[in-house]
Amino acid sequence: MSTSLILIILLIVGAGAYGLAASRAVRMSGGKLSALHSRPGYYGAYAAIWAILPAALVLAVWLVASPMIVERTVRGGFPDDVKSMPVAEQNLAYGMINAIARGLPMLSAEDTAALSSGSVDVRAKLAEKGVPLAGDVQPYMLEAARTLNAETGTSRLAMTAVVALLALGGAAIALRSVAPRFRARNRVERVILWALVAASSIAILTTVGIVLSMLTEAAHFFREIPPLEFFFGTVWDPRFAGAGSTSAGQFGLIPLLAGTLYIGFVAMLVAVPVGLFAAIYMAEYASPKVRSLAKPLLEVLAGIPTIVYGFFALITVGPFLRDLSMQVNGLLTGNYVNFIQAQSVLTAGIVMGIMLIPYVSSLSDDIITAVPKALRDGSLGLGATRSETIKKVVLPAALPGIVGALLMTASRAIGETMIVVLAAGVAARMQINPFEPMTTVTVKIVAQLTGDLEFTSPQTLVAFALGITLFAITLCLNIYALYIVRKYREQYE
Amino acid sequence: MNMLSEVAVEKVLEKPMNIIPLKMVGKDVSVYYGDKRALYDVNLDVRENTVTALIGPSGCGKSTFLRSLNRMNDTIEGCKVTGRIALDGDDIYDASIDVVELRARVGMVFQKPNPFPKSIYENIAYGPKIHGLARSKADFDQIVEASLQRAGLWNEVKDRLHEGGTGLSGGQQQRLCIARAIAVSPEVILMDEPCSALDPIATAKVEELIHELRANYTIVIVTHSMQQAARVSQRTAMFHLGHLVEENDTDKMFTNPDDQRTQDYIMGRFG
Ligand SMILES: Nc1ncnc2c1ncn2[C@@H]1O[C@H](COP(=O)(O)OP(=O)(O)OP(=O)(O)O)[C@@H](O)[C@H]1O
Ligand SMILES: [Mg+2]
Repeated sequence: MSTSLILIILLIVGAGAYGLAASRAVRMSGGKLSALHSRPGYYGAYAAIWAILPAALVLAVWLVASPMIVERTVRGGFPDDVKSMPVAEQNLAYGMINAIARGLPMLSAEDTAALSSGSVDVRAKLAEKGVPLAGDVQPYMLEAARTLNAETGTSRLAMTAVVALLALGGAAIALRSVAPRFRARNRVERVILWALVAASSIAILTTVGIVLSMLTEAAHFFREIPPLEFFFGTVWDPRFAGAGSTSAGQFGLIPLLAGTLYIGFVAMLVAVPVGLFAAIYMAEYASPKVRSLAKPLLEVLAGIPTIVYGFFALITVGPFLRDLSMQVNGLLTGNYVNFIQAQSVLTAGIVMGIMLIPYVSSLSDDIITAVPKALRDGSLGLGATRSETIKKVVLPAALPGIVGALLMTASRAIGETMIVVLAAGVAARMQINPFEPMTTVTVKIVAQLTGDLEFTSPQTLVAFALGITLFAITLCLNIYALYIVRKYREQYE
Repeated sequence: MNMLSEVAVEKVLEKPMNIIPLKMVGKDVSVYYGDKRALYDVNLDVRENTVTALIGPSGCGKSTFLRSLNRMNDTIEGCKVTGRIALDGDDIYDASIDVVELRARVGMVFQKPNPFPKSIYENIAYGPKIHGLARSKADFDQIVEASLQRAGLWNEVKDRLHEGGTGLSGGQQQRLCIARAIAVSPEVILMDEPCSALDPIATAKVEELIHELRANYTIVIVTHSMQQAARVSQRTAMFHLGHLVEENDTDKMFTNPDDQRTQDYIMGRFG
């Protein structure tokens, strides 16, 4: 029986349990619903949970575990010469066996018979049926595939039986416990609580998992390259191992970090004033009509994919700045040479800044509007003008929140990749001229991981070291931001 | 009121109402919130160095009238005021009047204490600073101390002037807000239920303060407490459904009102 069919049956059993339990509760109440501890729906839900949840859990575990166990048995049955082969080849063989196993049921009866007698080419036959094989079929593989199918079939049968038993059993137990004083609502709510806990743990565990996997890979990297060389190295030159050179190359973080911070700084220089002023206008001056129109428009900016900003930088802003600098230089010195490169820190910073404006403005807008009206009235009532009120009362009150918002924005700037690739280039250089190209950590992560690679050389492993560094930086920024925002909340409570 | 002699207070108190000059005059004042009319042709005068209490059931327009006296209604979207309100004879809704200047002359204390999230000192110095009332640090110190003295808060906070104003108790915060209003030397102080968030002890302090402030300022106070109105005010105005029902000397109002509705309200029969 297919898994989806089992699931449908589970749902049907659950629905049945719901109906039965609910009507049983109604019957037991003797027509007086108030005699029940919970509303009938809760008794139904309780029964449905008992019918579905244990069965579904077992189903899930079975679906994961069964292929592993079957694989173990099948591999155990490999001939000794196969067992002595390298693991990679064994894996390949097992992959083929899987494919054969998939193909076998598609063959007709006489084909199957012919296969057993060895009179037909398995590979050709299966290819006919749309199951391509990677190599020629050894006799033992056919045997193994048959075992595989048989084992899987048995497992499936057992699974169906167990799941059905659990569903019916669960439903029966739940139905029996239905009684007027039975606290179904509390039980159901506890299950809901656990579901919520499970959901949040998934988020947290994923984060932990990502961090751990990055840490282990980064540890591999640091086994080959000393951390000092990585964190304090000033040259980024990861020669690819294939290029014939034996040296591992240099993995200095500093130029990348410098580029990241520099471009991020220029971006914030653009985004903070513009975004903040826009927020002040929206929150304090704009009439509701303007606000209802302009705010969504501003937020559209946040919805544009960053790669589009990248084009914009590459095709419009970069060339514009280059030509502008050429004209300016020409007017000043008569020498028409551009001093701003088309790809430069400035281009990337400006365009990234534009991307960040909506974040700054909408976060700050929320914070400014959250400042109580009473404070504004207090200031206006003393004869302060509107702008005095904003400058002296509203903004200082909102400042911690705004700082928090800016830090969060900064961590976005640090994580941005596409705009930098297109607008500032990929050259890892260390310099302070904003008119020259530079590059960032994220860009280099992409560069190191693009192509056909093995995750064994420092050239690729360095990506994890970079990733974990970046993660640490943004994490610190975000924690600090949260801390500030929380402190700011307390002020009004 | 430590700066004013008892004699001076008595002198103000003794004057019969009809010879006290009018500080503010409201003539046919109507207020609309969008299409909704909240006040109907109210004619109410405010006498100098007098506490005028506005009473009436909830939603009758007391706050609305109070706010129109210093044009705080301007900050409400869609609010329109018609009629004439004059301060010392000048129409405050006239185009030649600067709202900012008006609000410096007619200060306001709100229902909920709303100190700025700044230090106590900064809270008081805020108004004088924006109006340029003082230059030197010494001048500011003097204004801060005087205002806190008048608000009866000085002794409680003189050692913590540079701590946050939001850290004070509710009653202290409200007196801080009164001190803040006094600091800009207004002529009129409007108070919208200044004691509704306070306990009886803090309320008593604020009432005492109002009583003392009367010698130097003209005060208009909205209150839901009949006892408070009787204790602190000399004139009382009763509103009902946006109409001014009766305006009278407080003594008369609470013993022998002219209007049946006032009588009913004071006796607690409605509202
Ligand atoms: N900002 C506003 N927008 C629209 N209508 C308002 C606004 N403020 C007050 N109103 C309306 O105007 C009328 C008078 O309100 P106002 O606040 O002056 O009453 P009040 O006498 O102060 O009541 P309370 O004693 O409850 O404070 C009420 O009907 C109220 O609904
Ligand atoms: Mg009110």
